[in-house]
Amino acid sequence: MPYPISLKINGRNYNVDVAPDRLLVDILRHDLGLTGTKESCSVGVCGACTVLLDGQMVSSCLLPGVLVNGREITTVEGLAQNEELLPIQQAFIDHGGFQCGACTPGQVVAAKALLDEIPHPTEDQIKDWMMGNICRCTGYYKIIESIQAAAAVNP
Amino acid sequence: MFPASFDYHAPTTVPEALRLLAENGPDAKLLAGGHSLLPAMKLRLLEPGCLVDIGRIPELRGIRREGQTLVIGAATLHADIATSDVVRQAAPGLATAASLIGDVQVRNRGTIGGSAAHDDPAADYPVILTALDASFMLVSSAGARTVASGDFFLDYFTTALSDLEIITEVRIPGAAASVTSAYAKLEHPASGFLVVSAGVRIERGADGRCRTARIAIGGLGGRPFRATAVESALAGHALTPAAIAAAAALAADGSDPDGDAYAPAEYRRHMATVYVQRALEAAL
Repeated sequence: MPYPISLKINGRNYNVDVAPDRLLVDILRHDLGLTGTKESCSVGVCGACTVLLDGQMVSSCLLPGVLVNGREITTVEGLAQNEELLPIQQAFIDHGGFQCGACTPGQVVAAKALLDEIPHPTEDQIKDWMMGNICRCTGYYKIIESIQAAAAVNP
Repeated sequence: MFPASFDYHAPTTVPEALRLLAENGPDAKLLAGGHSLLPAMKLRLLEPGCLVDIGRIPELRGIRREGQTLVIGAATLHADIATSDVVRQAAPGLATAASLIGDVQVRNRGTIGGSAAHDDPAADYPVILTALDASFMLVSSAGARTVASGDFFLDYFTTALSDLEIITEVRIPGAAASVTSAYAKLEHPASGFLVVSAGVRIERGADGRCRTARIAIGGLGGRPFRATAVESALAGHALTPAAIAAAAALAADGSDPDGDAYAPAEYRRHMATVYVQRALEAAL
C-alpha cells in the first residue's frame, strides 16, 4: 500500500507516495530521475549508493524510503553549487580519481563527508573512512591522492 | 535486488510496538537500522510480511549513567557509541568495539540492540558485551525481564529474545575508576567481520593488582567463549607483562572452534592467545 513521504533532497522538497519496500536508491533513480547515485552490490557492502542523510553518509540501497520520511538527503547531484564543482569533485578530475566511474558518485560523496568531519585527514584516516567504498578498478591510490589534494585547499 | 513486499508500521512508543508485534504474529519483524535484516530480505533469506520500525521511539535511544551503571538505549547507533565521551570513560572497550564495526555507512545506521538480537557469530558486540557483564532489558506485554549476556547469547544467530519481546536497554555495570576494559580484533581483510577478537574487563584492587578479570573471545564458536582459565590466572595477581603473557597463553583452553578455509581451528586458537594478550595490554 502506498505510503506518503516527504524528503528534502539537495535542498528541494519532494512529496512522493511509495510502497514500504521501495528503497531510497530506487526512489532517487527511478521515481525522481536522480541517476547520479549508483547501485552496485545492493546489500550495503560496496558503497556505490552512498548518500548523505542529514549530513551522515549512508547506503541508500538498504534504506526503505519510509524510514527516512522527513529527513534531508544529499546526493552527488547536490554537491556542486551554481555549476561550480566542489574542490573534492575537481580533485577527482585533476588526479584521475576514477576509472570506470561506477563507484565514483559514492566515492565523492563519502570523501565529502570525510572532509566535512576531518578537514585534514591523515592517509590512515582516509583509508579507514573510505573502507566501505569499493573500487572494482582498484584505483585506490588515485582516490587517496584526490582526497589529499582537496584537503590541501581546505582552510 | 528487491525485498519481498511488506506492510510497514512506525510506532512511537514501546507499548504500541509490542501491540503490533502481537497482532501480526510470527510474520512481523522489528526493524532498527536494517543493516542485517534488509540484506537478508533482499537475498530472500527472509520474507517477513510486516516490519515494525522502532527507529521512531525516542526512549530507545541515548546513552546515560545511572550511578555505576552505563545504560545504552537499544536503538542507539554504533557511531554514537563509538564517539561518546560517556562510553569512552565508563567502558572504553565498548567504544573501541563500536568503532571497529563494519564501515562508516554501517556505523551510521546499525544499532546495538539490533546487532545483539541478530547475534552474528562474527559480530563485535556479543564479545565485548559478554566481557563487560552487560545485561539486556527485555520488555513484552507481560512485563520486563533482565537477562545477563551469558544467558542471552546462546548460539549462532540465536538469543534468549522471544518473538514478542523488544530489547529496550543494554546495561553495563562497573563504571568505576577501578574498572577498565579493552577490545582487540583480528578482522577479515575483505569483510571487516571478526576472525578472532577479545574483550577484556579488569577490576583492580587498591593495591593495583587484578581483583577480577572477565575475558570473552569471539571466533571460537557460536557464542562468545569465556576464557575462564585466563580469568583465574589473572585474579589476585600483579598485572606485569610476564603475568599477562602467561595468562593469555591459556586463552583457548577448553575451546573447540570450527575451522574454515580462511582460519583453521588451530589458527583461531593461536590467534585467541595473541588477541587476548593485545586486549589486556590495551586495557592497562
